[in-house]
Amino acid sequence: MTRTANLSIEFSEEQAMILDSANAFCRDNSDNSAVRALLKSDTGFNPEVWSQMVALGWTGLALPEEHGGSEMGIGATIPLVESMGRHILSTPFISSTITAQAIIRGGNAIQQAKWLPGMAEGSIGTMALLDNEDWGATGTRCTLTAKGDSFELRGKKLLVNDAAVADFFLVLAKYEGDLKLVVVEAAQLASDAISNKTLVDETKRAANVDFSGVTVSAEALLTKGAEALPDVRLIGALLIAAEATGCAAAALDTVVDYLTTRKQFGRLIGSYQSLKHPTVEMLIQMDSARTFIYHAATLIGDGQLDKDTEIACRMAKVQAAEALSFAGDRSVQFHGGMGFTYDCDAMLYIRRAQWSQHQYGDPQHHRKILAALLLD
Amino acid sequence: MVNTQVNQHTASESAELADFRKGVIDWIKHNTPADPGFLLPQTFMEVGSEQALEFLREWQHKVWSSGYLGMAWPKQYGGGGMPRIYQQIADEEMKRARVPICFNMIGLGWAGPLIIDTGTDFEKETYLKGILTGEDIWCQGFSEPNHGSDLGSIQTRAERDGDEYIINGSKIWTTMGNYAKYMILLARTDSQAERRYNGLSFFLSPMHAAGITTSPIQKLTGDYGFTETFFTDARIPARCLMGEEGHGWRIAMQTLQYERGAEAGAAGGVSILSTVMNDLLRIAKDVERDGKPLMEDPVTRDNLVKFLIEEQALYLAENRVKIPALCADYPNSLALSTKLRGTEFFRRMRQYSLTLQGASSALYVGDEDAIEGGFWQRAYMNNFSTTIGGGTSQIQANIVGEHVLGLPKD
Repeated sequence: MTRTANLSIEFSEEQAMILDSANAFCRDNSDNSAVRALLKSDTGFNPEVWSQMVALGWTGLALPEEHGGSEMGIGATIPLVESMGRHILSTPFISSTITAQAIIRGGNAIQQAKWLPGMAEGSIGTMALLDNEDWGATGTRCTLTAKGDSFELRGKKLLVNDAAVADFFLVLAKYEGDLKLVVVEAAQLASDAISNKTLVDETKRAANVDFSGVTVSAEALLTKGAEALPDVRLIGALLIAAEATGCAAAALDTVVDYLTTRKQFGRLIGSYQSLKHPTVEMLIQMDSARTFIYHAATLIGDGQLDKDTEIACRMAKVQAAEALSFAGDRSVQFHGGMGFTYDCDAMLYIRRAQWSQHQYGDPQHHRKILAALLLD
Repeated sequence: MVNTQVNQHTASESAELADFRKGVIDWIKHNTPADPGFLLPQTFMEVGSEQALEFLREWQHKVWSSGYLGMAWPKQYGGGGMPRIYQQIADEEMKRARVPICFNMIGLGWAGPLIIDTGTDFEKETYLKGILTGEDIWCQGFSEPNHGSDLGSIQTRAERDGDEYIINGSKIWTTMGNYAKYMILLARTDSQAERRYNGLSFFLSPMHAAGITTSPIQKLTGDYGFTETFFTDARIPARCLMGEEGHGWRIAMQTLQYERGAEAGAAGGVSILSTVMNDLLRIAKDVERDGKPLMEDPVTRDNLVKFLIEEQALYLAENRVKIPALCADYPNSLALSTKLRGTEFFRRMRQYSLTLQGASSALYVGDEDAIEGGFWQRAYMNNFSTTIGGGTSQIQANIVGEHVLGLPKD
């Protein structure tokens, strides 16, 4: 029986400045009317805002200096992503950041040099991992077959985030029984390979992608892709947790705003303890989620993630998903009849909650693995 | 968890502090008293017999005379005059080793720091050393029958009469009221005050005076530890008034800050034996369901992990609260919710520990077959002293809602 030892949380002046400016940027560029204006758009994001994020160096923050980044580590992106969640600023940032980490951790020097500099400048990569609804699957039915000097892919991937705008994909496939991460460029896909899905969270975009028939060279197979994959999944879980934490805080803000302005039976409704106490519970759950994401951000380094870091990432995902599910649910209920309408912003939070819940594994999935890590 | 924290501390600790820590560990090893053969209190609110009292008084005196209590209090009043960090280290190690509690908590944790921060030289001279040695037991007279969490409604009266105040009224939940020599007493000196808070005054009152009687309260655990305290024309010297008349509310609020841990200054010592999740894991390993360790049951595992996550969040919050940049949106949220989060977690965790015991959860302290002597049955019920005392969880939720989120009052 072992327990996690490390309780450290560190946050430098520099990180505090990043958090401040990220919050200001997201607030200025993504108020809820801007969010709503993008709901029915094709890509789900404003390309001008994306260019500004690239110009601010956000896409290069966690990339090595030699490839055009500022080498601050993946932990430094947590304040950015939390701020994006706080203001429902959807862009391909999360998809691309996870993909860059897969290349940094799973690719050789040549592969890194080929893909990372472009990513620092805003080219978009995304992970194609799922065969079906199961985030807990460790294998895949997607296959690679040798064809002379190259390899042919066969298989479909489900719910590939930001697929329609991605410049390239990292596809999880099997070659002779071994897992591989394979780089496929958007230009290599058949014209009808991408079928966009209708999502509960209208701020997000995802598609099913058919990679069958795509031929890749040996250089497209990340040399240590399979080894890097568990860490990449944990990083994905952490980034989703950070975004969900921010969104839970946004839901809380919205509820507090309503409870301090809306009157019923001659009283501000926030004075009723039946509303006040669950709102405090929202705060406490959000606070715990925030504690976990910055703890994980403190522990996470450039090397292989150790057990404490794994525990921290999984706990962060559990706590953040639960916090947002609760906050989204209560934000609808506490708005009364208004909460049942599309016009009420609670709609944004409860829908995002359904998205964040499953991405990179739902709470039950992570608790099951945590049980083995903590109890055996 | 607890065992591994030490490694983290020593990693970043100066050689001097690390040496000091080693000294504490060594001292504990050689000085922890043997099991006295009777049930020792888990918290300072459970001292229910002379036997337990004398044992704990002797232990506290030993901790103090060995230099591990009141380390940061001024030297001239019996303290050690050292930086706080030394006391913190000593407390951590005593907590870890689960040594007996330092029982004189109202004095060590609240009255003492209050006197150091705001008391007169006379008060410091008179009271501080006896708090540390355990000679002078202190109790608290804030709550009254019918006004648990609402201190503004206090009815106990203090009338000035020459060099004395005449006290009339009653207090409840007086910890060790039957053993205490002094009480921090909140009473109404002006019933006409425009705001009811302005009519209150704060006294460092003797308990041994004509007209002051106590009656022990039996708790739901069956143990004692609290009394109800009655004042019937009790006369106390006028110099017992702390500060000025009408300042009682302010002084009481400052005292509560010490109680809620928001303000430093406590003399140290462990006043409550903590339970941690590791203790629960031990039970889950030891008990069986249909021939297999309960620990292998997937539902139990999931429940345990939920508690582990919550426990970890509590520990981590103690570190995040030190980073203002990560608490910018709701600045006091972690500090003001500490009691609510912590005490409610322990309540549910201890309650769950009983379901782990299966049929044995029906047994109680005193039964030879009770798991761990019935520790958990008693600990669960005793935990209500923390979710009710010092402002109930429901009041705490109001405080957080109103002061952190800015929600309107009732």
